[in-house]
Amino acid sequence: MDPTKELELKLKELKIQLELERQKHESARPIREKIAQMSSEVVDSNPYSRLMALKRMGIVDNYEKIRDFTVAIVGVGGVGSVTAEMLTRCGIGKLILFDYDTVELANMNRLFFQPHHKGLSKVEAAAKTLSSINPDVTLETNNYNITTLDNFHDFMSRISHGSLTSGPVDLVLSCVDNFEARMAINSACNELNLSWFESGVSENAVSGHIQFIVPGETACFACAPPLIVASSIDERTLKKDGVCAASLPTTMGIVAGFLVQNALKYLLEFGQVSYYLGYSALTDFFPTMRLRPNASCDDSFCQQRQAEARARPPKEQESVGDSKMEDKEVTHEDNEWGICLVDETDPRKLHADEDLGRGLVAGVKAAYTIPAPVVPDAESNEVDASGVSLDDLMAQMKAI
Amino acid sequence: MVDEATKKTLSSIPLLKTKAGPRDKDLWVQRLKEEYQALIQYVKNNKGADNDWFRLESNKEGTRWFGKCWYIHNLLKYEFDVEFDIPVTYPTTAPEIALPELDGKTAKMYRGGKICLTDHFKPLWARNVPKFGIAHAMALGLGPWLAVEIPDMIDKGVVSHKEKTEGDYAT
Ligand SMILES: [Zn+2]
Repeated sequence: MDPTKELELKLKELKIQLELERQKHESARPIREKIAQMSSEVVDSNPYSRLMALKRMGIVDNYEKIRDFTVAIVGVGGVGSVTAEMLTRCGIGKLILFDYDTVELANMNRLFFQPHHKGLSKVEAAAKTLSSINPDVTLETNNYNITTLDNFHDFMSRISHGSLTSGPVDLVLSCVDNFEARMAINSACNELNLSWFESGVSENAVSGHIQFIVPGETACFACAPPLIVASSIDERTLKKDGVCAASLPTTMGIVAGFLVQNALKYLLEFGQVSYYLGYSALTDFFPTMRLRPNASCDDSFCQQRQAEARARPPKEQESVGDSKMEDKEVTHEDNEWGICLVDETDPRKLHADEDLGRGLVAGVKAAYTIPAPVVPDAESNEVDASGVSLDDLMAQMKAI
Repeated sequence: MVDEATKKTLSSIPLLKTKAGPRDKDLWVQRLKEEYQALIQYVKNNKGADNDWFRLESNKEGTRWFGKCWYIHNLLKYEFDVEFDIPVTYPTTAPEIALPELDGKTAKMYRGGKICLTDHFKPLWARNVPKFGIAHAMALGLGPWLAVEIPDMIDKGVVSHKEKTEGDYAT
């Protein structure tokens, strides 16, 4: 090839590379100025025109109100990051993000994060991208694990004083991937009396759920063992050799969509909020139900909130969402926790499940039951810590 | 479910009585004493059975635990640092035991080197709140994990034997 031609080609290639690099850095800076007030004018330059159209069409009464709301998102992984992006694009007032993880290339099977985020903390990388998408959203990041003592105190303080008006946040969204963090969010929200949504995707990636928890009015996360959506896979045959968890961007995206849709319905007061919405990917089955609180819940703040709810006039209790199905109320067959599972599932769907030969009655079951203790002779082998000091025991342990 | 050997080990660890977590101030001190007593008994049992396999200690508050665990394979000792925090929801939720130096070396771990527990662990833990403590988490969680994962990692060459001069607790 003609050397000049060759050089020209090389130059062209380098120019493209340079442009790509420039864009990468550019994306850190906002492309547009902040917008003081949401307008419903339909012009190319208005990022809110299609959202404000919801108001014109009579779906939402007052869409602009979204700018007053603060939402805390705990866990900015496969579900949380997409949740944050959706709320950002909707023009939410403020997001408070919590996560202690960093972005890895192993996360690239999920949405939102990009390979160049590798090594950054998830909250930091998310805040950068989100503020470039919509500079109107106020973003706060907290890079820590909420389940440890000190961090938990800070977490409690941020969700009770972190709103745009320094008050409690309007909603907490749990997008974490472990039981410990869910229980921590549960106890914080019971104590602070904050409504929250729990969300989850199963470790085999083919089922998920969202659950709306209003302390005292619906079952809290500690009222019953964790619920799982039957996936029509026999869990005993599930191969877990060599891996902990699988994940699919589809299931996570769907769960994030359900989560944000219901968060928007709750915040902007339109439609019906689902208290529990399950998703089984293998059969496209979506069970819904409402769970009542367990009167003997382990969480004392849950019990306190239940007493407060009972003391309120019934009208107020019902205002949380729809209560039409309350007359259809049924008690679940193996109801060991005294909670009610009000089934709203289409009976035809149930038939489809029975056809699979799994007998998945409501399509949702508890991950496990809590029967009598499994260890026999429990009383005979107990510690007796009377008359010893902690310092002595610590020293004794060291000396072994 | 749980194999006979693990069941026997579990039943010889004293059960705890106080349901208290790190947020419970005085009650937590009581719980912490029980934790230490159960752990001391468990380590003594292990030594007695010629199966000494870990040491743990905590910070003053008992919220952060650290130490060593080891595994003997073909007469060679493989030793690892262990660490975990006591979650605010303890003992309703178990501690998440981590071996940070093995992070990224096996798929049977979550971020930060937290070990991936079997499906039996959580139900069993939940059924035994508040009687199970750190010693039970070690016996039911970390012990079986090491027995399965370490030989596998040695075979794959991701873990190799390091000569250690200090310590003589190998058999
Ligand atoms: Zn409860």
